[in-house]
Amino acid sequence: MKRELIIIFLVSFFISCSKKDDTLTFWAMGVEGENVIKLTTEFERQYKIKVKVQQIPWSAAHEKLITAFVSNTLPDVFQLGNTWIPEFVALNAIISLDSLCEKNNFDLNDFFDGILESNKIDGNLYGIPWYVDTRVLFYRKDIMEKLGRKNPPKTWEELYQLSKLIHEKTNQYAIYFPTNEWVPLIVLALQNKAQLLSDNFTEPAFTCSNFVQAFNFLARFYHENLSPSNITEVTNIYQAFEEGYITMYITGPWNISEFKKRIKREIQNSWMTAPLPSPDSSYPGVSLAGGASLVINSKSRKKDLAFKLVEFLSRPEIQIKFYNLISALPSRRSAWINSNLVNDKYLQPFRIQLEKTQAMPKIAEWENIMISRIQKYVEEVAMKKVTVLEACDNLNNETRKLLRKRKELVSQGLLK
Amino acid sequence: MKEKTSIGIVLIFLSPALSAIFLFFILPLLSALFISFTDFDIYTLGDFRRLKFVGLENYIKIFEDDLFYKALYNTFYFVFIGGPLSIITSLLAALLLNSKFIKLKKFFRTVYFLPVVTTIVAVAIVWRYLYHPRFGVFNYILSLFGINAIDWLGDPKYAMPAIILLAIWKNFGYNMILFIAGLQNIPTELYEAAELDGASNWQKFKEITLPFLAPTTFFISIITMIGYFQLFAEPYVMTQGGPLNSTLSMVLYMYQEGFRWWNIGYSVSIAFILFIIILIITLIQFRYEKKIHY
Repeated sequence: MKRELIIIFLVSFFISCSKKDDTLTFWAMGVEGENVIKLTTEFERQYKIKVKVQQIPWSAAHEKLITAFVSNTLPDVFQLGNTWIPEFVALNAIISLDSLCEKNNFDLNDFFDGILESNKIDGNLYGIPWYVDTRVLFYRKDIMEKLGRKNPPKTWEELYQLSKLIHEKTNQYAIYFPTNEWVPLIVLALQNKAQLLSDNFTEPAFTCSNFVQAFNFLARFYHENLSPSNITEVTNIYQAFEEGYITMYITGPWNISEFKKRIKREIQNSWMTAPLPSPDSSYPGVSLAGGASLVINSKSRKKDLAFKLVEFLSRPEIQIKFYNLISALPSRRSAWINSNLVNDKYLQPFRIQLEKTQAMPKIAEWENIMISRIQKYVEEVAMKKVTVLEACDNLNNETRKLLRKRKELVSQGLLK
Repeated sequence: MKEKTSIGIVLIFLSPALSAIFLFFILPLLSALFISFTDFDIYTLGDFRRLKFVGLENYIKIFEDDLFYKALYNTFYFVFIGGPLSIITSLLAALLLNSKFIKLKKFFRTVYFLPVVTTIVAVAIVWRYLYHPRFGVFNYILSLFGINAIDWLGDPKYAMPAIILLAIWKNFGYNMILFIAGLQNIPTELYEAAELDGASNWQKFKEITLPFLAPTTFFISIITMIGYFQLFAEPYVMTQGGPLNSTLSMVLYMYQEGFRWWNIGYSVSIAFILFIIILIITLIQFRYEKKIHY
């Protein structure tokens, strides 16, 4: 008995040892993780190496990644939402990919500019965009046509006038800007060329006129009943859209399939997507440079091999396969030439929008600033607890506190 | 012959237990206390040169932090409104289930205990529907009485009452079981004697039931208070602290600061403040208990 146990122990020990040498570990989130295994098998065959994919749920992803970093158990390659990249760079958890790109003659020009830019910190590239995600306008064609409007709004002014018209004629809300999201305000601010943070991202710039202007524009929608000023009024966005409770909604590509699935058949032909309106005549206005990237662990002992996997997964033909699996939009222009994507009428506005995206400030604190501060003031302004100017002032003060440590580290040269 | 046991031998025999306590309780506690005097954050995780000893700065910052006061207020609101209500509900339920006139006691006991053992995430999904402003059951019932719809989870005024209602429903079964045990320990002779003396039901309740339940009530109130001070799961799954932070509890705030934004130093100092508050209030309760205990 004892001898058998020892043998089992030794065998399992050797298996685990041998595994370590020709196995690449890879973490991906949510559906991505579920489906990417279908792609990595091809990689395994080509490069004669095992890829161990672990799927982690999105809701726990951030905590899990940080904990893994602290305990030194991060995988060789992992997926990272591109707003998380600054944080992992601050942690020194991921490596700059510039030299690996050069060594492998990796063509970066094929990637959408704004998205690629969101992966660069201080001029260095830290992640390769895996799939992209941006926001466009989803709207009810039929309601707008009934009011004599054929085209989606192209400027802020048109958006506002159209919203007023819808509200007057249908007595319903026109557009849905959720108050528990930072997205509407940030998109409008970026469109209006607001700087958000200044001085190498150590000082807030929320009282500058461009930001205030954007905030005022948003506030008008809440205060004139053009958008619900409370999230609980819309618990089921699909139902609200179907009922005409709202006519327009700014959201991302994942909602295309949801809209197709959840909205009743009679109005399936009456909704469309369009690029975002712009404050001036430069249609379309900018949108968010979202999506997820692939990054390489700085402690990985197989960085070259890891890059091979990253390179493999970002090949146009693989990205198209990935799109067919989970509808994740390809990050390379050449992948979009595939007929499958070109002919999709809902996707075309996304293709146009992807040429006009912009990254948000790339610092570790930004997500905190957005979620715990900006979101709070959007809600307070919507509920008329504070005026826009007060909100901007408070935002500046609170953000300054959040940026204090960063400012200190930058001035000491401990942080770039 | 009586030999005096030396302290060394005692320590040797206690050492397994002591070292476990030291390793898993005292040591983390001390390191947490240390961390609360530093600015430990996400930058520190990447490079320990970025750690700075800041003394009491975190604690000073807490008292200047609007969100902390908000969380403190919300927590007190929850404890001092929700706590007594929950205990009274448990007592009423226990009295009902203990009375001679109720049938199917075991069935109801199980039914009332079910929410306690149901996971809060599943409960939250159902309750979010119950609270729905347009399609919710609560608003439907209110509309029967001609009361306008209330936006339970969306209106800062009603969000905390909504959370309290959910917490009471979720937790009263546990205390109810303790009360039932307490009630069954009261000797029936006392009631018989009181009946012979012509005591009314209310007198019996006031003079016999309540005094004899005092130890149970004391235990329940301490446990409930400590539990309610650590309010977390209900707002976490129902509102995430919103709207306008009206359901942000201290533990939720601590969690957000610590595990969401990785301001570990700050978050740990909030934990110590919470610890001190709970300690003080428990001590007050102990003082008070001596006066009422039989």
